[in-house]
Amino acid sequence: MAVAEPIVANDQDAGQSGLARRLAHTWRQPKGFLGWFCNTHHTDIGIRFMVTAFIFLLLGGVLAAMIRLQLIRPENSLMGPDLYNQVFTMHGSTMIFLFAVPMMFQGFGVYIVPLMCGARNIAFPRLNAFSYYLYVGGALVLWGGFLTNTGPDVGWFAYVPLSGPAYSPGHRADIWSQMITFTEVSALGVAICIATTILRHRAPGMTLNRMPILLWEKLVISIAVIFAMPAVMIASGLLLLDRLVGTHFFNPAEGGDVLLYQHLFWFFGHPEVYIIFLPGAAIISTLVECFSRRRIFGYTPIVVSVVATGFIGFSVWVHHMFATGLPQLSESFFTAASLMIVIPTGTQFFCWVATIWYGRLQLRLPMLWCFGFFFVFLIGGLSGVMLASVPVDLQVHDTYFVVAHFHYVLIGGALFPMFAGIYFWFPKMTGRMASAKLGAWHFWLFFFGFNITFFTLHFLGLRGMPRRIYTYGPDMHWQGLNILASTGVIFMTAGLLVFLANVYRSMHTGEIAGNNPWEDAGLEWSVSSPPPPYNFLHVPTVSGRDPLWEDPPDQPVVVGLRDDIRETLVTHSLDADPQHKDEDPGPSIWPFLAAVTVSAAFVGSIFTAWAIPIGAPPVIATLIGWLWPRGQSPTPLPNEVPWIH
Amino acid sequence: MNREFVFVPARFSAQAMPLNPGHHSVLHPAASQAGNIEWLYWVIFWILFAVFVLMVAAFARAGAKSRVLDDAPLPIIEDDDGDRRAGWAVGSALAITVITLFVVLVLSVITGKRVEGLTSKNPITIQITGHQWWWEISYPNSQADQTVTTANEIHVPVGTPVVVLTNSADVIHSFWAPSITGKRDLLPGYSSAFSFQVDREGTYRGQCAEFCGLQHAHMGFSIIAEPVDKFQSWRQQQLKPAIEPAASESSRGREVFLTHACVMCHTIRGTDAGSRVGPDLTHIASRNMIAAETLPNTAGALAGWVVDPQRIKPGTQMSPNPLAPDELQALVVYLQSLQ
Repeated sequence: MAVAEPIVANDQDAGQSGLARRLAHTWRQPKGFLGWFCNTHHTDIGIRFMVTAFIFLLLGGVLAAMIRLQLIRPENSLMGPDLYNQVFTMHGSTMIFLFAVPMMFQGFGVYIVPLMCGARNIAFPRLNAFSYYLYVGGALVLWGGFLTNTGPDVGWFAYVPLSGPAYSPGHRADIWSQMITFTEVSALGVAICIATTILRHRAPGMTLNRMPILLWEKLVISIAVIFAMPAVMIASGLLLLDRLVGTHFFNPAEGGDVLLYQHLFWFFGHPEVYIIFLPGAAIISTLVECFSRRRIFGYTPIVVSVVATGFIGFSVWVHHMFATGLPQLSESFFTAASLMIVIPTGTQFFCWVATIWYGRLQLRLPMLWCFGFFFVFLIGGLSGVMLASVPVDLQVHDTYFVVAHFHYVLIGGALFPMFAGIYFWFPKMTGRMASAKLGAWHFWLFFFGFNITFFTLHFLGLRGMPRRIYTYGPDMHWQGLNILASTGVIFMTAGLLVFLANVYRSMHTGEIAGNNPWEDAGLEWSVSSPPPPYNFLHVPTVSGRDPLWEDPPDQPVVVGLRDDIRETLVTHSLDADPQHKDEDPGPSIWPFLAAVTVSAAFVGSIFTAWAIPIGAPPVIATLIGWLWPRGQSPTPLPNEVPWIH
Repeated sequence: MNREFVFVPARFSAQAMPLNPGHHSVLHPAASQAGNIEWLYWVIFWILFAVFVLMVAAFARAGAKSRVLDDAPLPIIEDDDGDRRAGWAVGSALAITVITLFVVLVLSVITGKRVEGLTSKNPITIQITGHQWWWEISYPNSQADQTVTTANEIHVPVGTPVVVLTNSADVIHSFWAPSITGKRDLLPGYSSAFSFQVDREGTYRGQCAEFCGLQHAHMGFSIIAEPVDKFQSWRQQQLKPAIEPAASESSRGREVFLTHACVMCHTIRGTDAGSRVGPDLTHIASRNMIAAETLPNTAGALAGWVVDPQRIKPGTQMSPNPLAPDELQALVVYLQSLQ
């Protein structure tokens, strides 16, 4: 144990309730209307991310239902091309940028990572809160545009030159570009918070090779976000410059390059898939271990797979561009890289099977959703192998076959694990158990409807139905399959309604959960449900990969953190030895105000380049307010801490 | 002519020409390119189907074998023996995965080479230029007067290799006839080439596969594969200038064409109309469909299209032409005479 004697004491020490009272007072979050905007605690912000993202899942679902309704018969006059193009662009952008990443990466990450690390709060809590408000800002811009008939209509990928000034006059494409800026700054901010929390706020004893797989995945995703998001911000930024101030980065008539945009976009776009999928895989690994009542088989292979996925994810982007006519040699390289990513994903699948096989499976509600994930994601992964092959891809690229493939991968890789995770951590978040019966109804309705809709789309693609067409001729013989695909929507909608009813009912009348209803191993289950504002009475220490399963009852805890100021423990990034103490900056209105001023500058720049110089001073003012040194109690100097190494 | 009368056939007559679904399907190839890809598709499909069955069986077996019906949390088991056996199982599964992926890679590269390679010499060359929302087709020749220019309908001789040169006049489009070969993007600022060879006579449909704006859905084309002599006579016909109006009504129709907005965008060789913005109409009557495979080439559809194209293809570049009924009648008669 790295922690030296004097500061380590047993959790059963006297004076606990007094300590709890003092900590609760010190770590309290402001109440009331204004207080809501000052809150910087990660459990609150994490739940806000999740709830907001879920609202956008529902809105994106409404758009999806509109698409399915439009395609239900040939030459349907329900929507014209102008509205339909907005609707499918909004559906894709909402699901990817406003739902999948904010839910799977930001929502779950912000809520669960500090608890799993044994930390009192996330690192940089104000940046974290700022990221949330900025995400909401981007969402409001996108949907505000849509509701005022200025919704982007150039696809969620906004290829140039279609999205350039010559072919998309007006502000629709600008709204898309700026929504990217908003949401990607938000994701970057959270990535920094999560990576720092994992690297510097882990409980003493939680060395890198004892880190839960979920933390490994969040770390890899955070780094992937930090490398991937700048590419798309450059793409959308250059697009905005072309549109706003007349540059010609993507204008072929002036020597610009339309393929440059695609390279930039997909250099982000493909890692994005793993940014969405890896959080799902992280949830699955956690749940498989818990419900197999057995240590997960293949910790090291799984971690290596996750890291490998993070790397390989950056070398496959060209498989979105096979049809552009690249040289065969480079296409073969990207085929090989795309196939290679099956190896780490397959490794994880095999380890999950092995864990269940040699464990004692309890098929409780979250685990049911895991099995849904196995089935759905397996199909999506296998059709992905087909798409990696250049000749096959050239046939089915940009058809409904691809639509089917990525819905299997994304709904399979994000939505199924998300529901598994929500049902799993629901007791931690609310203190009550979700109804298993309603949850099972939710599962079967959704699973059935999903497969009806999306399996059918494979056949439409093979029969030559391209994506993004607002209608089709009666002579194409696509109507029957489209009707079949559309009926699945009814079941998925019913499933989601059952879920909402379940959440509402269980929050009020669900069985009281207690600290650890599933008897899981993670540190988050050692605290009360929902967790107190200071998370841990004493910052814990751990002696293995599965703390609550293997730590002895007299496992030491960290003492010596002050209870009158918001002190947090900073540990070494590799072996998690305590290094020094830091002070949590506490609640503040400034992140919200900064998000407002930054949003104003971003929105203004949709209309005029002057918004940048005019919008900068208020941003700087709010940043000064944010960073203004406050006369708080000084943090003890390192030499006052006897256990520094 | 009554305007309503014009639109009814325009909207519904498309139904009168059902297309064999086999002529627009990845799984019904009519060219060796699509045929090779279909073969690869099924090989990979059956390999993956076997993988799917094995994986589902593994999960089902694992679940059935280890399931405990009791919901009360169980203690954690230490199982070094299980870990050892799982290690072997996972290791072998991974080895099989790597071998399978390698097989898929090799098959894919070999098929890719076959699809790209030409089967015989002396190809004909076709230049395809994408426009919002139609296809400009030309058969370039070193002598300018031997160059055929048409739109949306690609005539090719059966059994002869075809080299396609691509380009785009505005945004990115993608050329795709599923029964013939895989797709190729038409990128503004880039030109590229690919080839195919149709083996069976017939009419094969294609469609733009890259989202290109409002009328992406109505940007179809067809490939008409016919015997070499038939193709040659088609070509000779297309090389001729437009036919001189024989009757007074079609003569009046030409007058209408040349004195209205039509002449701003379209070419009819042999007349003063020489603009290249829209499709070349010199031999429009020889085509089966108009408006990029949107409407059949009938008098009613043509009249409906000329009067209000925005109603049929909202957003199309062609503007409405509120012609007097007798003018419209004459124009349609003239256009229908342009064989």
